[in-house]
Amino acid sequence: MNTKGNWMLILALSLISAPLVIMYGFQLIDSVSRPAPGGIIPQEWELTNWRFLWTSIDSARPSIWRVTFNTFVFASATALLVCAFSITAAYALSRLNFPARRFFLAGLIMLHAFPTITLIIAIFIVLQFLGLYDSLMGVILVKAALELPFGIWIMKGFYDSVPWEIEMAGVQDGASRFRVWRELILPQVKPGLSALLIFSFLAGWSEFILPLVLAPGADAQVLATYMNAVIADDTRPDYGLFKAIGMFYALPVIAVYLLFQKRLMNIYGGGTKG
Amino acid sequence: MRIELQNFTKRFGDTTVIEDMSLSVASGEMIALLGPSGCGKSTTLFAISGIHRIDGGTLHFGDRDVTRLPPQDRPVGVVFQNYALYPHMSVADNIGFPLRVQNLKPAEIKRRVGEMAELVQIGNLLARKPQQLSGGQQQRVALARALVRKPDVLLLDEPLANLDAKLRLEMRSEIRRLQRETGITAILVTHDQIEAMSMCDRIALMKDGRIEQISTPGDMYERPASRYVAGFLGNPPISFLRAEAKGQLTIGADNALPLPHGTAARGPITLGVRPEHFGPQHRGPSIAGQVSFIEPQGREDLIDVTLPCDQRLRAIVPAGHDIALGQPVTWQVDLSRVHLFDAEGARL
Ligand SMILES: Nc1ncnc2c1ncn2[C@@H]1O[C@H](COP(=O)(O)OP(=O)(O)OP(=O)(O)O)[C@@H](O)[C@H]1O
Ligand SMILES: [Mg+2]
Repeated sequence: MNTKGNWMLILALSLISAPLVIMYGFQLIDSVSRPAPGGIIPQEWELTNWRFLWTSIDSARPSIWRVTFNTFVFASATALLVCAFSITAAYALSRLNFPARRFFLAGLIMLHAFPTITLIIAIFIVLQFLGLYDSLMGVILVKAALELPFGIWIMKGFYDSVPWEIEMAGVQDGASRFRVWRELILPQVKPGLSALLIFSFLAGWSEFILPLVLAPGADAQVLATYMNAVIADDTRPDYGLFKAIGMFYALPVIAVYLLFQKRLMNIYGGGTKG
Repeated sequence: MRIELQNFTKRFGDTTVIEDMSLSVASGEMIALLGPSGCGKSTTLFAISGIHRIDGGTLHFGDRDVTRLPPQDRPVGVVFQNYALYPHMSVADNIGFPLRVQNLKPAEIKRRVGEMAELVQIGNLLARKPQQLSGGQQQRVALARALVRKPDVLLLDEPLANLDAKLRLEMRSEIRRLQRETGITAILVTHDQIEAMSMCDRIALMKDGRIEQISTPGDMYERPASRYVAGFLGNPPISFLRAEAKGQLTIGADNALPLPHGTAARGPITLGVRPEHFGPQHRGPSIAGQVSFIEPQGREDLIDVTLPCDQRLRAIVPAGHDIALGQPVTWQVDLSRVHLFDAEGARL
């Protein structure tokens, strides 16, 4: 009965996810082949769609490696910032009794649900004022700030599940509050932290609107805006090239998911189990 | 180290949990804070440890005023109810943590952790993680960690509550042994009267944030200061009867006892009779009733006797009797051991 139930479940899941899998499959196949015009069966295998990796596809465009590097810097800096602020802010919200704590908590929930895109004009003006418009630094700060409510909320959940007594025991053992946090509490929320790190990295990696609006120049281009430029600029769009770049763009995401699946699950479990 | 808590007051927001409580514990003594749930035992304990700031009163360790000292600077070891071991550290690192905080040399830490582990008999478990230990072993690690700094005071918050019955017995004597061997002044918080009586030199029985009576286990059992104390100590518990103290002590319409020596005639009182002081094997004035319940216990039986006035007395009777349910009996009360309380519950 149980195994039969399992098979039914797997079958149902396969049916639902089949369109996605087929799309990914064709994306890959299409990027290295040329189908007959109007058909879908690959005729010839070729790598011309991947030429962006070793040649410049257009003299006006930065090299793909430069753009990939930018994307990587953007995503990792965002992730690091989000984590650094989340672990400290969430601890304070979870454990310390400071004035207006309730106000901050309420604000956090509201910001979490806020449609951030409505802020884009204001952010644009602020960045311009600060001289950070059209720089990678500016987008990193904005993206990190917008991801923070989510990060703090998640981390607060993890801190809340660490028993008070551990903290009291540490203090009684003579450790300062900071040392207790670093040596006794932080290790308990590490699963949450690594999940958050991966999550905000992926969020940065796939961000499109913010770089598009706030850093449109060639110097700060990331993969998402690069792809947009490829498809939008040309008079005769090269879909094969577009697919190959898309594939290239998605590869790290797939790799990260495959590698860190387990840790990502933690964020939904919210527990302290490794 | 003598502990002197004077006029201690603790509030949480607007609610005063403890008001004007004083407690002194002699050096090397083990005292129990005993009381029902919510009476303020843990609050008192954590005020002494420094985790709770106190809202009024003073606290001295020996001659030193520690009222305003942060918990880090108090010479206190605490064992928490759920042990609060650090789950990511090995047993050795758990025990060594207080020493690492003091920046001792690794070799010194290792030596003292080893010593401590021997003392609590977990020398072979040092490499394990807390999750790999049984409840009793975790308890020992928690004790070792609390004692490794050589504190002057050991505080235990319901240390046995999470153990099964057999382990509880074992750890009871184990904790007492450690306390005696180290000569440390200890405060044990518990709501189990047997734990308090068997482990401690003295008991402070608490009720609603006050200390109702503080005395040795024997004295508190023999001479409870109030009806509340008498009812809290003893298993099976004492039976209370409503009575009238006039020329005689009348219980309902049909039973009467002579007034115990030195008791003046007064209105309604409460008579407390422990089950071991009532039964066919005793000498003294008698009370008549009907057997309404028999609970065999092996060596002896617990027998309830319902009086004609519908009040109940419990007796402990040695096994091997031929008493049957419903049988009318007239049994003796050891009048020198009964307790009388006035209408407010104070001892007469
Ligand atoms: N942080 C707190 N905020 C508000 N009230 C509290 C707080 N801690 C304890 N109290 C209240 O203080 C009273 C005493 O609590 P305490 O924890 O000392 O009880 P206890 O005697 O240890 O009980 P138990 O046997 O259940 O542990 C309780 O009524 C409790 O609700
Ligand atoms: Mg308690």
